[in-house]
Amino acid sequence: MVVDGVLVLSDGEVFEGELAGAEVAAGAPAGGEVVFNTALAGYQEIVTDPSYAGQIVTFTYPHIGNYGVNPDDSESARPFCSGIVVRDLARRPSNWRATGDLEGFLRDHGVPAITGVDTRRLTRHLRDRGAIPGAFGPDEQAARQAATVASSTDGCDLARVVTTAEPYTVGDPQARFRVVAYDFGIKTTILRRLTASGCRVEVVPASTTAAEVLERRPDGVFLSNGPGDPAAVGYAVDAVRGLLGEVPVLGICLGHQIMGLALGGRTFKLPFGHHGANHPVRHVPTGRVEITSQNHNYVVDPDSIPGRVEVTHVNLNDGVCEGLRSLDVPAISVQHHPEAGPGPRDASYLFDDFVVLMEAR
Amino acid sequence: MPRRDDLESILIIGSGPIVIGQACEFDYSGTQACRVLREEGFRVVLVNSNPATIMTDPDFADATYVEPLDVPTVTRIIEQERPDAVLATLGGQTALNLAVGLHDAGVLDRYEVELIGAGIEAIHTAEDRSRFKAAMTEIGLDVPRSGFAYSLDEALAVAEKVGYPLIVRPSFILGGGGTGIASDPDEMRRVAGQGLAASPVGEILIEQSVAGWKEFELEVMRDHADNAVIVCSIENLDPMGVHTGDSITVAPAQTLTDVEYQRMRDAAFACIRRIGVDTGGSNIQFALDPATGDQIIIEMNPRVSRSSALASKATGFPIAKIAARLAVGYRLDEITNDITGETPASFEPTIDYVVTKVPRWAFEKLPGASPVLGTQMQSVGEVMAIGRTFTESLQKALRSLETGRAGLNADPAESAYDPLSDDGLVRASATATPERVFHLEAALRRGVSVERLATATGVDPWFLDQIALISAERADLADLADRGGRGGAAAMTRSAWRRAKRLGFSDAQLAYLWGEPEASVRAARRAAGVDATFKTVDTCAAEFEARTPYHYGTYEDETEVAPLDRPAVVILGSGPNRIGQGVEFDYCCVHAAFALSDAGYETVMVNCNPETVSTDYDTSDRLFFEPLTAEDVLNVVEALDAAAVPPGERDPEARDLASATGPSGRRDLPPGGDRSGPEGAQGARRSGELASATGVIVGLGGQTPLKLAATLEAAGVPILGTAPSSIDRAEDRESFNALCEELGIPQPPGGTAASSEAARAVAERIGYPVLVRPSYVLGGRAMQIVYDAAALEGAMAELAESGSLGREGGLSAERPALIDRFLEDAVEVDVDAVRDHLGEVFVAGIMEHIEEAGVHSGDSACAIPPPTLAPEVQAAIEDHTRALAAALEVRGLINVQYAVKDGVVHVIEANPRASRTVPFVSKATGVPVAKVAARVMVGASLAELRAEGLLPDTGESGTHVAVKEAVLPFNRFPGVDTVLGPEMRSTGEVMGIDRTFGVAFVKSQAAGGNLLPAAGRVFLSLADRDKPAGLRAARLFVEQGFSIAATAGTAAALEADGLPVEVVVDKVGEEAGGRDAVELVASGEVDLVVNTPRGRGPRADGMHIRRAATEHKVSCITTVAAALAAAAGIREASTAGTTVRSLQDYHRDVQLRLEV
Repeated sequence: MVVDGVLVLSDGEVFEGELAGAEVAAGAPAGGEVVFNTALAGYQEIVTDPSYAGQIVTFTYPHIGNYGVNPDDSESARPFCSGIVVRDLARRPSNWRATGDLEGFLRDHGVPAITGVDTRRLTRHLRDRGAIPGAFGPDEQAARQAATVASSTDGCDLARVVTTAEPYTVGDPQARFRVVAYDFGIKTTILRRLTASGCRVEVVPASTTAAEVLERRPDGVFLSNGPGDPAAVGYAVDAVRGLLGEVPVLGICLGHQIMGLALGGRTFKLPFGHHGANHPVRHVPTGRVEITSQNHNYVVDPDSIPGRVEVTHVNLNDGVCEGLRSLDVPAISVQHHPEAGPGPRDASYLFDDFVVLMEAR
Repeated sequence: MPRRDDLESILIIGSGPIVIGQACEFDYSGTQACRVLREEGFRVVLVNSNPATIMTDPDFADATYVEPLDVPTVTRIIEQERPDAVLATLGGQTALNLAVGLHDAGVLDRYEVELIGAGIEAIHTAEDRSRFKAAMTEIGLDVPRSGFAYSLDEALAVAEKVGYPLIVRPSFILGGGGTGIASDPDEMRRVAGQGLAASPVGEILIEQSVAGWKEFELEVMRDHADNAVIVCSIENLDPMGVHTGDSITVAPAQTLTDVEYQRMRDAAFACIRRIGVDTGGSNIQFALDPATGDQIIIEMNPRVSRSSALASKATGFPIAKIAARLAVGYRLDEITNDITGETPASFEPTIDYVVTKVPRWAFEKLPGASPVLGTQMQSVGEVMAIGRTFTESLQKALRSLETGRAGLNADPAESAYDPLSDDGLVRASATATPERVFHLEAALRRGVSVERLATATGVDPWFLDQIALISAERADLADLADRGGRGGAAAMTRSAWRRAKRLGFSDAQLAYLWGEPEASVRAARRAAGVDATFKTVDTCAAEFEARTPYHYGTYEDETEVAPLDRPAVVILGSGPNRIGQGVEFDYCCVHAAFALSDAGYETVMVNCNPETVSTDYDTSDRLFFEPLTAEDVLNVVEALDAAAVPPGERDPEARDLASATGPSGRRDLPPGGDRSGPEGAQGARRSGELASATGVIVGLGGQTPLKLAATLEAAGVPILGTAPSSIDRAEDRESFNALCEELGIPQPPGGTAASSEAARAVAERIGYPVLVRPSYVLGGRAMQIVYDAAALEGAMAELAESGSLGREGGLSAERPALIDRFLEDAVEVDVDAVRDHLGEVFVAGIMEHIEEAGVHSGDSACAIPPPTLAPEVQAAIEDHTRALAAALEVRGLINVQYAVKDGVVHVIEANPRASRTVPFVSKATGVPVAKVAARVMVGASLAELRAEGLLPDTGESGTHVAVKEAVLPFNRFPGVDTVLGPEMRSTGEVMGIDRTFGVAFVKSQAAGGNLLPAAGRVFLSLADRDKPAGLRAARLFVEQGFSIAATAGTAAALEADGLPVEVVVDKVGEEAGGRDAVELVASGEVDLVVNTPRGRGPRADGMHIRRAATEHKVSCITTVAAALAAAAGIREASTAGTTVRSLQDYHRDVQLRLEV
């Protein structure tokens, strides 16, 4: 049965649709910061990416769910986003790997959805106004109410919410390198790439201190992606400050921002962030352009870093810093997602660069 | 690295005539390349034999050669122009093959010409199937198991090894010609034989058939710094086994997970790097096993392709334009994305809509051809539609086809599927035909399961489920019809309207389901507040602001049409290419857009053909990629009206722009609100539903927009140019006859008939033979010459019943058949003229047809200036044309066809609209006829245009002759007779231009692939009535040193006339002991065949001869008039020689003569 639903943004903008996925009670609309992603495929990866914790994800591609869901493509054990907004949710998936449909998956994991929405209008609105809080449900008044109290991610430490409670290890015990990975919301694909590059990965909670990490005698430390405002994870910045120079470091996305902060720099929020799988990035040392997967609202201001750093990657759409290398200590980081999942794998050499750093140690 | 400065001049090779597999997508890509390279400051030299193209407009290159695309001719052009580089990757397979030919002949080395884009090594690796497979295997990509064969025996041996079913592909061919599937040795013998004959190098690839696998394509761009991007992914609805050009295709890919898509993307990059395409675009095809996901690479085109044009239109990423820039040294990141104006071209477009392409076929014009689709492309055109969902875009595409369908069924034509049982429908949909998608919907509507259909057809369950959504909605909608007076439209709520429209249902479909008039459905929908909204194609799914107003219609919350602050002229395009309506009309529409933009109007293009220049976002000020139906066009006009800024509130600068236009300092078309002038837009003074700031041009896009004129006018939309009532008056046989009588212009006697009894009465009154044709069709659809009552009966029955015509309305009092006395052996003449609102008429060109009346004008060769018409005949033709134009109150173009018999000029028909010959006339004379016409249509006078310099002072012609020849698709349809008749069957045209008629004719034949021999043996087989003229031709051949072969009867006539006949053969099927005609042609002992049909009745004999000539690539002429022209031309070419000369030089001659 079709249940009409409505998405209301905190600025009062209203979008009509129909409810799907996990049921939303009239009195308890789904709320969060509304963002968009322009990738054409990869919805399962996006829905299960912990970086989207606290957010309602709008898919700009109208047909979502076409190829169903399968056991291999999730980026974490469960979805973390607070809801999704789509134009059309597939009724019947088709793909040889599919083991279920997206709507069932959302329902099973308690993620509500709103479909039939003019997602292009919503995206244009978000482009002009920036990511803003919103809420959806069957009742417009309740959604309006919820939208005004839904929080943006500014100042939010969401890493603490999504991180693992206990350390765990993946990869071959005999692997060449021993890497400690900070889980600020780590993606499965990153773990796969690290293990494929010859690492045994010990995943540790976001709150792990530098001393605890060094006790594990790692060959390298990895700083994962994750949700929320980098400025709100001061404890992680402190920890990384204690690691820089002690051990080679690779940071991705939130991990890159944390590294930037640990090097003494600042971060700032973009108007509507980068959320897609088609962003051109120049690899400055070679001049080559790589098409990258991106999902971030905050960026590092490289000029704010007091030490010697090289900007290794630049976004060609808006010129923001996409990658750094410290010239003082063995540390590299990128703002985009070299592991893809979803998106192009043009930047996967970053994992090899990390290996080179660990080899040089 | 930016632009290379070591190059000054670049030769661009075009793709020649429109043929199946190579259509106007290469006009689009070539036009973009010319524009870009001139913008970059290069001297651009262009060669293309096709005069109907926009690229051969003299404004687009520094030197434009309309010459045959062969190695000797292009070598002479290179000698003359000495270009630094050749760019061959934008002219299809023709240009690529020519580049290889020039390289192999040593021409490129000799003149130090660099091949830019793709080098010779890359072309060979991609095009030579054995090298391609070896290269792909080397980089670890899977390819189908296969082997090569050069003989039948080898083919059978390879087949045993690889295992049936197998697919056979000849090397070095385009569009899948000669390709076929074999399931056993018998089929193998047949298919391999065809393939070996088709390949220019006698090589075939025999490979594992992956029929039934899923098919995908990726469009890749690469620059010289090795940056590579995917512009677009495309998924075929039809599985492997149907040529991609004949498949319904969808962008982006719908059923691939990101993991699988990235694997394909990585493979595509590995492929383009290994092949070594230095710069530019390539198209790479993949097959996927739906059960396992195994992926194999099928082929890659190291050039811009038909799919590139589709991908460009589908995403807004202009592949050809960027390929041209990359070829001259730029990197992707040095080029700006036009659409955003800020971000670089080194990115991958992402879209927030679905694009569906549906091919258009012409089986109805090719009796004997079986409408079954396979690995050889047979479609003649295509449409593309954009919707927010697949369902919407599919239904929009189907109604764009102009095959009488209103969408995916739910229209009168769907009754054709009623007689089929459920099993019958499943069986029917298992065979790929143009009807397949309709069969699928009919089956799903009856409850056949998605699983069963997926198994039977190989169509992915996701697509089938989407179609099932349409079926389910249709059932709900149809239920509303049974609610008495409160049913149908009256029962629809806002959300119900929205749901139906979002699934792509047209008002016409709803009208059919409810039995209500379409106009009232529309009114009810609008009253419910459900209007079309227009979104923007922006390459980035709204992430950045788009600067380019490239729109599509859908049913959403928000519309993105920018405010309109000056008068808008909407130009309706010509829809999908088909036989009878192709690139010529796109040429007219594009020229109108250029001329009107230059004059300060806001030009708005509406069209649905992705191959065209008109659907380039650069061509007009705004582009609406929409079906050309009344509903969709009205939606556009309403959206523009809604966006119109009242004059008082306009930006003062914009008003300045408006007032600055026009030579006389006034607007041709008064801005909205000030339409009282007597010469303002016609219809503007009428009151109607719309108070429009917008005028519409219906007269340039062929029949497609003309069919909409009455509906648009009734809705209050101002029609610019000749009034629809005048168009009707010319089209309505009774009133046109009366008009001619009044003007004293002779006509062949004739009448109209809606029944076969009435037809017989007309024929008895006027006498046989008679020409029978339906009203309101282009391209001579179903036109026949009949010699007796029985044949007339048959012709009328076909008009009434034949599926495609029945679908378009069949016969009725409003749409009767036209029956005219057929003037045998008359000379046919075509005239294009422009009349302005002051009554002045400019006769742009008088074309004399080579073939006699009775051969459709579109299939006939013709010449400017007319080679045999006496001055007084030409004067009479001009007078009649002026009189008709005046009487019909033409404002713009008129085309009149005449038949001249015994010095008397008879008018056959007059069409107050752009004709197929307008671009040819423009190329021959140097006058931009379509631009002149467009300006006249919005109110300029010819005198003003002369003052402005758009129109030359007099109609003086140069010292050259231009001959247009038609190009026919017979090599694609083995069962079809190649004889010419009143039904048009050519897909394209070429032009030969030179100092004399004969040489120009020979060139036109060469350009059309009918290379006339300079010496050798001519085989003649003539119908009795052709023998007198045939003898004259034969004598000319003998005088040139040709020897003669003939069938017995023809030989007797020749010998009686004193001509030596060296070889006499039997007619086919009448073996008298000797060889028959087909054996002779097949033997290779004949260099030219002249065979004319023996009137009516079974034509088996001649048909076999003509087919044999086609199959063995012997030049063949099927009319005596053409034989005479050929004989004369061969003589002149051997004595005077041919020249190569640019259009600019020819036209300059005319100008110089005028100035002197």
